[in-house]
Amino acid sequence: MARYIANKLFYTLISLFILISATFFLMKAIPGDPFMSEKKVPPAIQERLYEQYGLNKPVYEQYFKYLGDIAQGDFGISMKKINQNVTDIIKDTFGASLKLGLVSIVVSVIVGVALGLLAALYHRKLIDNVAMVLAVLGIAVPSFVVASLLQFVFSSKLHWFPTMGFKGPMYYFLPVAALSAQPIAFIARLTRSSMLEVLHADYIKTAKAKGLRWYAILFRHVIRNGILPVVTYLGPMTANIVTGSVVIEQIFGIGGIGKQFVQAITVRDYPVIMGITIFYGALLMIARLVTDIAYGFVDPRIKLTGGKGD
Amino acid sequence: MEPILQIKDLHVSFQVKGGEVKAVRGMNFEVGKGETVAIVGESGSGKSVTAQTIMRLIPSPPSLIKQGEILFQGQDLLKKNNKQMEAIRGKDIGMIFQDPMTSLNPTIKVGKQITEVLIKHQKLSAGEAKNRAIEMLKMVGIKNAEARFNQYPHEFSGGMRQRVMIAIALACRPSLLIADEPTTALDVTIQAQIMDVMKEMQQRLGTSIILITHDLGVVAGMCDRVIVMYAGEVVETGTKWEIFKNPQHPYTKGLLRSMPRLDQKKGEPLIPIIGTPPDLIKPPLGCPFAARCDQAMKICERIDPGATVFSDTHMARCWDLHPMAKEGQSS
Repeated sequence: MARYIANKLFYTLISLFILISATFFLMKAIPGDPFMSEKKVPPAIQERLYEQYGLNKPVYEQYFKYLGDIAQGDFGISMKKINQNVTDIIKDTFGASLKLGLVSIVVSVIVGVALGLLAALYHRKLIDNVAMVLAVLGIAVPSFVVASLLQFVFSSKLHWFPTMGFKGPMYYFLPVAALSAQPIAFIARLTRSSMLEVLHADYIKTAKAKGLRWYAILFRHVIRNGILPVVTYLGPMTANIVTGSVVIEQIFGIGGIGKQFVQAITVRDYPVIMGITIFYGALLMIARLVTDIAYGFVDPRIKLTGGKGD
Repeated sequence: MEPILQIKDLHVSFQVKGGEVKAVRGMNFEVGKGETVAIVGESGSGKSVTAQTIMRLIPSPPSLIKQGEILFQGQDLLKKNNKQMEAIRGKDIGMIFQDPMTSLNPTIKVGKQITEVLIKHQKLSAGEAKNRAIEMLKMVGIKNAEARFNQYPHEFSGGMRQRVMIAIALACRPSLLIADEPTTALDVTIQAQIMDVMKEMQQRLGTSIILITHDLGVVAGMCDRVIVMYAGEVVETGTKWEIFKNPQHPYTKGLLRSMPRLDQKKGEPLIPIIGTPPDLIKPPLGCPFAARCDQAMKICERIDPGATVFSDTHMARCWDLHPMAKEGQSS
């Protein structure tokens, strides 16, 4: 197990290195730079700025300098926000995103599994059909459309929830709903098909032949086996919610890391773009690793070993 | 012998698109205390449906129990509600299934799958249940039972899993064990071991057994009485010796002919029963075997033959065995 994790971490580092390199050069390939927009700056000052931030050097030199800096844990300072450290920007804004993300993950799993389970138990009945139509909608409609619709109906028209901001419990409902719609739909479909399979499994017949009550059969024998595929989806789902939150934070005006990311890209704030990309990358890779380890716990047939082929 | 299970005129159907499959059409049989009764017949003859109907394991719909009685220790199981049936399943009637590879829950430790049934029915504490479960594992011949208790099903071979299934089914010392093709999915040497375990457990616990199989070799080794089923009906019943030495019904004879024997000459072919069983959505009016029977007469297709009794235990349903048929032949 320890060997498995060490092995995975090693590959995670390699992936991160590739991610950093690719992002760095792609970012530099975009025309423009942080000091080109808005008012015309006198050429002398422009020169001074370039020199100050090392932008006058060739790209490969900047690349190696950046690698050296992050190896020492220095992610640089923002080129647009005066005297703001990239690490601090991430620290300050990650809190809101983390809350939004965690709540969305929990809501997605609970609601998705519950919907899928109900659909399986009432297979080909009304509940099943309604749940599956909702699931298809949830998968097909992009989250920003859902977000705008929710804002229109529940804020503008019904005034149930606030439109913008992130100041208290009431502010969670709409962004969480928008962010969870897709994962819920996916989990519901996944759960439904896997529960249907489990419900017809021989060991459920064995459980019935033991004379167990229906809830003992459901909770002890059906659900545990039925949610195994959902566990594999946790990694991709985290990715889905993290990337989704970039857009959702923008729409609901939540001062999270996603909003920072979008702003940094529009103004070409190189160190912030790089810092947040690395942060997201590491987060997703860790989520995947945690998923793998969790799978080993819920399914005893899977043993994590550090050899080849895993 | 005092019967612990009596099945009287049982009819079970399945609702399907385009009609009703009449899977069991008037079953009658008894199982005595400590007795082993085999139900044999080809796939689709209604053996498993009968077994699962006794346990009331088939959800309804699609299954419909049209009529009949299943008297277990004098009480009609068909009149019990769900809760009453739960108290009987696993406690008074145990059941083992065909495929041990899929009959155990893959994510629960084997030990817990045994203690589960003990805790439910005998209200044992977790500790007591564990001791009993380990004792059961030893009884069914699993070595190193204490360590095996904490293992998962994937760490067991097929034969070992079937032993675990027997341990689960017999944990509460039920008076009846229903074994639905318990050896079909196992290889031949393991089959013999499993039958030995069942026999030994029967001797220790005095359990009656209903053994559903299409392997006549298993029947010969294990059973007291045999029930031959065809197209949802009992076509012949008798003691093991009556069926093997003196089969009466053409279908029973056909089954025995299609089985390889030790005294068979080299190159002598096995004789299959030609044809397929009738469609049970529209079961034939007469004898269901008539279409495949080489002795079929005109009456066979039109009127269902009654039972011809040869002894207290031996009965077959065939027009050719009717006393008047013999008169016709001799004259």
